[in-house]
Amino acid sequence: MTIDLRYGEVEEELRGPVRQLLAEHSSPAQVLARCGGGDPYHPKLWQALAVEMGLAGLAVPERYGGGGASLREAAVVLEELGRSVAPVPYLGSAVVATAALRAAGDGPLLTELATGAAIAALAVPFATAPGPATEPTVREQRGALTGAVRGVADALAADTLLVPAGDGLYAVPAGADGVGRHPLVSLDLTRPLCDLSFDGAPGRRLAGGPAAAMAVSAGLTAGAALLASEQLGVAQWCLDTTVEYVRTRYQFARPVGSFQAVKHRLADLWVQLAQARAVARHAAACAGQDDPDLPVAAALAQAFCGPVAVRAAEECVQLHGGIGFTWEHPAHLYLKRAKSSAIGFGTADQHRTALAALVDLPPAAQPAAASSS
Amino acid sequence: MPAPGVLPPTEPAPTEPAPTEPAPTEPAPTEPAQVEAMVAEFLAGHDPATTDPREFLRARFDAGLAWVHYPAGLGGLGASRALQPVVDAAFAAAGAPDNEPRRIGIGLGMAAPTIRAHGTDQQRERFLRPLWTGEEIWCQLFSEPGAGSDLAALATRAVRAGDGWQVTGQKVWTSIAHEARWGLLLARTDPELPKHQGLTYFICDLTAPGVEIRPLRQLTGEAEFNEVYLTGVRIPDRHRLGAVGEGWQVARTTLMNERVAIGGGALPREGGLIGVLARTWRERPELRTPGLHDALLRLWVRAEAARLTGERVRQQLAAGEPGPEGSAAKLTFAQLNQEISGLELELVGAEGLGYDDWSLRRPAVVDFLGRTPGYRYLRARGNSIEGGTSEILHNIIAERVLRLPAEPRTDTDRPWKDLPK
Repeated sequence: MTIDLRYGEVEEELRGPVRQLLAEHSSPAQVLARCGGGDPYHPKLWQALAVEMGLAGLAVPERYGGGGASLREAAVVLEELGRSVAPVPYLGSAVVATAALRAAGDGPLLTELATGAAIAALAVPFATAPGPATEPTVREQRGALTGAVRGVADALAADTLLVPAGDGLYAVPAGADGVGRHPLVSLDLTRPLCDLSFDGAPGRRLAGGPAAAMAVSAGLTAGAALLASEQLGVAQWCLDTTVEYVRTRYQFARPVGSFQAVKHRLADLWVQLAQARAVARHAAACAGQDDPDLPVAAALAQAFCGPVAVRAAEECVQLHGGIGFTWEHPAHLYLKRAKSSAIGFGTADQHRTALAALVDLPPAAQPAAASSS
Repeated sequence: MPAPGVLPPTEPAPTEPAPTEPAPTEPAPTEPAQVEAMVAEFLAGHDPATTDPREFLRARFDAGLAWVHYPAGLGGLGASRALQPVVDAAFAAAGAPDNEPRRIGIGLGMAAPTIRAHGTDQQRERFLRPLWTGEEIWCQLFSEPGAGSDLAALATRAVRAGDGWQVTGQKVWTSIAHEARWGLLLARTDPELPKHQGLTYFICDLTAPGVEIRPLRQLTGEAEFNEVYLTGVRIPDRHRLGAVGEGWQVARTTLMNERVAIGGGALPREGGLIGVLARTWRERPELRTPGLHDALLRLWVRAEAARLTGERVRQQLAAGEPGPEGSAAKLTFAQLNQEISGLELELVGAEGLGYDDWSLRRPAVVDFLGRTPGYRYLRARGNSIEGGTSEILHNIIAERVLRLPAEPRTDTDRPWKDLPK
């Protein structure tokens, strides 16, 4: 099947209103001020995005109350959210949890998410890469969950936690007795993490056995694939802002952007961004049409786009000079988002290792253990 | 290494037809079926199996089925360029002889659009037909030892002599000059003017007295290119292309089309050099180490990203919405080819200490895949120099795409003769 790597009409029509909304409610200065207050999540912005604009359900079929589009349209929303480092749980709820619930086949909860009536988070560490399931850190006994999960993204904003426990996947109300959410001092100010603890918390079983593992895997793979679009948005803001700055910043009686030492770095960054766009579009399209190439596309996306966003944010800080190192300038919000995201859903190295298996580039054989006899 | 200081704008613009082109007398075909029918009719009258290949190609040109987007009478039908692949496929399916497009790439890709856009009616009638049939090969006489990235600084002089011109100078990095009949020549006609203004564009007969062609041996051992020495070479004024002093504007058409020609077709995953490296990796487990594995995977990721980027550019072009991304492709592939071939040489280890052949070969096209890793490694060094150095390409992207301010210049508004050399 041909993968369309362009932006379609629907996607371009989606972008404008989202960008406008974010410009009004989530400018870098506004996000910075919100981060100073301790709780960056922006419920009013979420209400506008998820409920009024109906974007939480983009990737949900219409029969479940969704928009009947796909993840490739959601990817455009994520580009814009990345561009403004908006503190909303879109990736966690409208992408990861939604993909997991679609795989688990839970209609009612999907409808709640699609309409924006509820926010859900998959209760696995943000750094978890897609791939073979690991043993859950939560146990289940007669519907009661016990255990802990560390470093979970978007769970602080969630109403429902999707918790892998024992051999199943469970829906747990975030406010239920026995559920503890412990905010972490997070590197990324705009996507704070928390530790979760479960002490006999009530869980409703969504799926069991292989179906549960598949649901978790679907969520993580969608997350890895779509995070690339958010990273692209982060990188785009960093490039645009830096280009604008070096055009207007004068030193030695010239715009600093006229020096080749500066402009060549920005040209390189632009080239990488153009590539990241193709890679992110490819991943989003594969996720949107459940293409058999999705595992490769998602791993490629995280092996490539994560480092590009980090590079863009680092160049943004460097090429802004002193002002870029201040708290006052929003560059650090992007740097922190970029670096954290490069670890989210697995590091580039983990994804390269995954690719090695997927595209048949096997590692060197382990050296034979020293003989003991 | 035709290598211009002015590179084409960020979006390859289609060559504008010259204003003197006649209006089509009958409506051009618009549908694939129409041109397919024309090809079928042509083949009925010219059986590829029994027609002399040269006669076949001449007749194909005269039938307007050479390049359908050219005007009628000049090998075309005035049709959309999009119909050309349909025509080519129909001829190929019939086993028709082709004009060996790779061998005459400079003629097809650069000379033809330049002559079409800037030539007189007589020049177009004289040159385009034998150019297209491959009877006359073209080369490009632009770069000089003193004018590489800074092409407009070139020093080859053309002075008026009788009813024509006399040209003296040295050109370099001239592909295929040793087989060519004609050269696209850029020469200085007025050294008193600033450098871009004193240039004039000529068509140079490489069989004329005073033309000496020497192979330019490159670090790979072979000689894909030549040095061309011009000593008092006479060029009739009817072989001037464009007005006196407007050589730079004419050259831009040539260079713009050079870049379009570099574009290339769709690649499958692991197309190109990364596929060679991956194959060696799969077939030779004894060569594998953890460090090389990591380096391989990093390059695989970058090569696949570059491939998807090229694919995206192609999709945008096909949809009629070209973006600036194409201008990065050459930069990216130069970097990748160099790093991939470097890693391949390291991967094969001791075998990489050998080399296949240092003899002075004269290849018509670069044979990247048919030779050994050492050759690939050495040849790839040229990728970031030929057709615009990576440094110049960075400037182009920064200034034309990102709109960053140019470096202050001291060379554009003084007479060329006063510039430091």
